[in-house]
Amino acid sequence: MSLDKETVRKIASLARLKVPDEELETMAGELNNILGWIEQLREVDTEGIAPMTSVTVTVPALRADRVTDGGYVDLVLANAPEEVANSFVVPKVIE
Amino acid sequence: MSDLLKGNTGEWEMVIGLEIHAQVISNAKLFSGAATAFGAEPNSQVSLVDAAMPGMLPVLNEESVRQAVRTGLALNSKINHHSVFARKNYFYPDLPQGYQISQYELPVVGEGKIEIDLPNGDIKVVEIERLHLEQDAGKSMHDQHPTKTYIDLNRSGVTLMEIVSKPDMRSAEEAVVYVTKVRSILRYIESCDGNMQEGSLRCDANVSVRRPGDELGTRCEIKNLNSLRFLRQAIDHEAMRQIEVIEDGGLIPQETRLYDPDKGETRSMRSKEEAYDYRYFPDPDLLPLDLSEDFVAAMKASLPELPDVRKSRLVSEFGLSAYDASVLVAERETVDYFETVANGRDAKLAANWVISDLFGRLNKTGTPVSQSPVKAEALGELIDLISDQTISGRIAKDVFADMFETGKGAAAIVEDKGLRQVTDTGTIRAQVQAVIDANPDKVVDYRAGNQKLVGWFMGQVMQASQGKANPAMVNQLLKEIISG
Amino acid sequence: MKLTELTIAAARDGLAAGDFTGVELTEAHVVAMEASRPLNAFVTETAEKARDMAVASDARRASGNVGAMEGVPIAIKDLFCTEGVKAAACSHILDGFTPPYESTVTKNLWRAGAVMLGKTNMDEFAMGSSNMSSYDGPVTNPWRADGDDAKRVPGGSSGGSAAAVAAFAAMGATGTDTGGSIRQPGAFTGVVGMKPTYGRCSRWGVIAFASSLDQAGPLTRTVRDASIMLGAMAGHDSKDSTSVDRPVPDFEASLTGDIRGLRVGVPKEYVVDGMPGEIEALWHQGVEWLKDAGAHIVDISLPHTKYALPTYYIIAPAEASSNLARYDGVRYGLRVDGESLQEMYENTRSEGFGAEVKRRLLIGTYVLSAGYYDAYYLKAQKVRSRIAQDFHDSWETVDAVLTPTAPSAAFAQGEKMDDPIAMYLNDVFTVPASLAGLPAISVPSGLSSDGLPLGLQIIGRPFDEETMFRVAGVIEQAAAFTARPQFITGEA
Ligand SMILES: [Mg+2]
Ligand SMILES: [Zn+2]
Repeated sequence: MSLDKETVRKIASLARLKVPDEELETMAGELNNILGWIEQLREVDTEGIAPMTSVTVTVPALRADRVTDGGYVDLVLANAPEEVANSFVVPKVIE
Repeated sequence: MSDLLKGNTGEWEMVIGLEIHAQVISNAKLFSGAATAFGAEPNSQVSLVDAAMPGMLPVLNEESVRQAVRTGLALNSKINHHSVFARKNYFYPDLPQGYQISQYELPVVGEGKIEIDLPNGDIKVVEIERLHLEQDAGKSMHDQHPTKTYIDLNRSGVTLMEIVSKPDMRSAEEAVVYVTKVRSILRYIESCDGNMQEGSLRCDANVSVRRPGDELGTRCEIKNLNSLRFLRQAIDHEAMRQIEVIEDGGLIPQETRLYDPDKGETRSMRSKEEAYDYRYFPDPDLLPLDLSEDFVAAMKASLPELPDVRKSRLVSEFGLSAYDASVLVAERETVDYFETVANGRDAKLAANWVISDLFGRLNKTGTPVSQSPVKAEALGELIDLISDQTISGRIAKDVFADMFETGKGAAAIVEDKGLRQVTDTGTIRAQVQAVIDANPDKVVDYRAGNQKLVGWFMGQVMQASQGKANPAMVNQLLKEIISG
Repeated sequence: MKLTELTIAAARDGLAAGDFTGVELTEAHVVAMEASRPLNAFVTETAEKARDMAVASDARRASGNVGAMEGVPIAIKDLFCTEGVKAAACSHILDGFTPPYESTVTKNLWRAGAVMLGKTNMDEFAMGSSNMSSYDGPVTNPWRADGDDAKRVPGGSSGGSAAAVAAFAAMGATGTDTGGSIRQPGAFTGVVGMKPTYGRCSRWGVIAFASSLDQAGPLTRTVRDASIMLGAMAGHDSKDSTSVDRPVPDFEASLTGDIRGLRVGVPKEYVVDGMPGEIEALWHQGVEWLKDAGAHIVDISLPHTKYALPTYYIIAPAEASSNLARYDGVRYGLRVDGESLQEMYENTRSEGFGAEVKRRLLIGTYVLSAGYYDAYYLKAQKVRSRIAQDFHDSWETVDAVLTPTAPSAAFAQGEKMDDPIAMYLNDVFTVPASLAGLPAISVPSGLSSDGLPLGLQIIGRPFDEETMFRVAGVIEQAAAFTARPQFITGEA
């Protein structure tokens, strides 16, 4: 599998990163190098092997349905870049 | 098939699948301890977890799991003893983590089916594809500022159950009946309050059209329909739109659309080049959810009698018609009300009073049964007064109107207004005699064969007695006297 | 002896004996921290807070209330959220972020009486093995090679923590290890770096890199200090679903020095191309030390070792691409405005993240994207199972595993910068234990021919940090590593 410029543009957009046109080629090259190196995993026989999603195997206790948190709008907004009327503010979203 | 649509080039069938997002009734959120109450000040019910502060981690709420399993059981669906939370990745300002924790490949509830009662009396089976748990997003307010959107995260992280149907519905009507049935079940088992106005229950409708017998067409998803009226309108408009596009030689792209109730039309929500790729993967912050047999059994035992079962019981136990029974069981509060009224009384009479009289008045004022000014016990008392002939059915209607307005008891009203039925033969005979004496020409007519006049005489006597004379006795005495 | 040269264990005794106060101990370290500024090990100094905490500690001591880390001044990696003290993971994107909350691990440390000197430098979002990717600039290793003036990297990502401990500016420091980020800088700076079993320390309040791998652990100058500090950091936390509910043993008590009859595995796959002969030699030396102490050495095979790195470089970036989506300029940190929301997102994230982070976000996004998930992400998770199984199988025949920590000594700043894969290879020996979630420790065991520290790694069974510590203690004693960095000795 090889990444072309268009694919880099697409995944950059998915990741909300801007890769300037003139850097697409270089970035594609770098990513291809890494992906090429990763390709060696194909050698490994994983027939019938379950994917490992977590190291922890013990079952965690679930949380009781009690209100134990929240109620501190000041803390929630303390680091906000822009805030009005206890709300976060972003450029207008057009749907 | 009666639900086919007429296009310019022939007949079309619409195919509808629904995704219902139902908010679980819980004190705290799915993965945090923040409150869930509706209508709080912006961002006042937000924990650091809900705001996706760096290093914050989710911990699953046991109540959300209980309710999802109970709901799955109530929808006759398979409970998956092993399920997995996954991240659905996309950027949106009211999605603080940049992903929604949901369930993807292994949802907590798998396939099932429910029966819906169609208006023509048919019963239709709608299959459930799955039910999964997921976080709600926050709220974006676009109308507060000309160039800004305001974000309130109070809803962020609230537990939703997404109930996905198979594409089994063939008309907007069926879709509405299906949603109504699911809502009824959720409210029965108290896993969701079903309040569509407050957004506790929202629908996404997947709509496509095809020539009868053809393969499925390309579907469009209409998002966030928050009333049954909009659901019906959106489906009908969308189906007609698709038919027009196809008949004009166009193709339907698979896309997400929004229903605009003001314009009565759907419009595309996202530009086409904005391809979505949610990159689902198991959430490494959470472990798989493993449910024991005992837990599932306990959830099953916690379920109340469900609408379908209760409906059959009303038919078999109380002798109600299937139609009356289905009307009564639609809401648990209603059928609870009915059963209280019917307890130890004439069930059919009770059903009539609840369905025609009580519902009639409640609907007029938009009052829910739970807030009816006439409580079930009070209506029962009124029916007792009819049964023991203290008042006639006619008078009972007036008494009921009075009860509904003033909240007073039936017996008290009857006493206060002196509405007690007259059953004294002498008094009634005298009243009948007086009417006959005053109308000799009508008597002649009657005796000449105009039997219908009995009704007219009845009316005159009842009027003379201010409605209090026992109608059966009037009828009997009238016939006796008039026939000579 | 200078107060800054004490071990945590010795300071504990000195404080208990009343030889000096916590305030004096802290003051000495504040001075040392300030003197270490040329290394750029600290990104935030909290001297005032340290003094206040030391005063409070002395007061507790006076009232007979003494915690395991009472009065011990330590440094905290910038990845830990610390209430009221900015935490930025050394990234521009968290500009000015001051958490209104304290991570569980640091809270545990403060509860044990530790004193916070400041926040340490690191690779941006813990992504790196050189500390060169920090927005706050590189960290200079206090060690130099003989006859070479080139500034060396301290390793990474916990490079600032390792350098601070190596330079005697802190008695210990917290690190986090995702693929080797505690052990490799430990080896590069001649200190002990320890990563506990996944689930031993809470991740709550630690800025996430790769959730299924991240673990906090201590960097200290001795194995005993590591055992003391881990004891204070560890513990079940109901706020972290992956934290494991089991008691924290007295790790220090495991340092008996007695490993007679213990079976230690030596995996044949841990010999890699281009590894200097002296590292292999040191490894053999380690084997001899253990044999001398009465351990049984067992040759073992961990056949999927070579696949650990590529597996890691799928799983870690994939999780990171999702974990770092929250840095969007909406609720905290940097915002770079734009005409539209999409532009605001892209401007913020493009300016806020450095090159290595962006590279990993792109890789991570790609391997999860439609059509590639099975070939990359799912495949990597399956290979991860096989790697974990390799270790699992070996526990039938051995009680611990001995390997080198890194395939080289500290390299010069600027080296390997244009070759990401060469940089990734630094973690070739540390990543397998990370993927398997096992406890592992790097112990400074010798010097390279040009005078740079080298480490040996001991890997333990899940939740058997005690055996791992016991073996590490024996290596430490045998190695008798007493060399000091030029930054301290003043030799050029
Ligand atoms: Mg949907
Ligand atoms: Zn959903």
